[in-house]
Amino acid sequence: MKIVAICGAGVGTSGILKVNAERALGRLDIDADVTASDVAGVAVAAADAQVILTSPELVAHIGKTNADVVVINNYFDLEEITQKLDTALG
Amino acid sequence: MTLPPLPDSAIDIAATAADWRAAVELCGAALTRSGATSAGYTGRMVQVIDEFGAYIVIAPGLALAHARPGPDVLREGLSVVTLAEPVVFGHPHNDPVSVLVGLAVKSSDEHVHSIAALANVFNDETVIPALAAAPDADAVRALLGVTA
Repeated sequence: MKIVAICGAGVGTSGILKVNAERALGRLDIDADVTASDVAGVAVAAADAQVILTSPELVAHIGKTNADVVVINNYFDLEEITQKLDTALG
Repeated sequence: MTLPPLPDSAIDIAATAADWRAAVELCGAALTRSGATSAGYTGRMVQVIDEFGAYIVIAPGLALAHARPGPDVLREGLSVVTLAEPVVFGHPHNDPVSVLVGLAVKSSDEHVHSIAALANVFNDETVIPALAAAPDADAVRALLGVTA
């Protein structure tokens, strides 16, 4: 399974989201490959991804995708990330 | 998983900013002052927000100001700005912002370590309000677990 965390620059915030998504997946005992990408590269990065993780501010920039777009409000809230990933993947 | 050092020059306590743009400029000025970036980096941090919105406000009260690696990044660096009066970035959930962390990295590989360390620090939800109230640079460094 592939999950893509995206932000405007492809470093920094998407990196935070990647790290904490991996921690949340560990809690859920789900094996997935999480990568970080920028908005410009999302079409390629998420072509075969099941889930795109992002901020509410970036949803409009994502464009057409077959992946589930999961919006995270607080990137440091492992409860929020775990619960939303569980819903999306469960 | 370690964060880059945070000298006094990279910290601005209880600063005053009229709006988010001014706050990000303070954050960039601190990075430049500490020798991590040249001045052009600040403009690029602002540009990311102009282009994509306030997504850098990644938790209540906290903005992670950053841009892509570039020639204006001289070395990996971190800056912290706390605001006397919080400013609004326009984020639907996490406004207003009272703490800005500025991040400059030379490559996306290099930044993996800093990012994991940052996540470790901020996964403790008490850290953002504690940073906002930090009286001096030593208190900021203690909260982040970094050296000067």
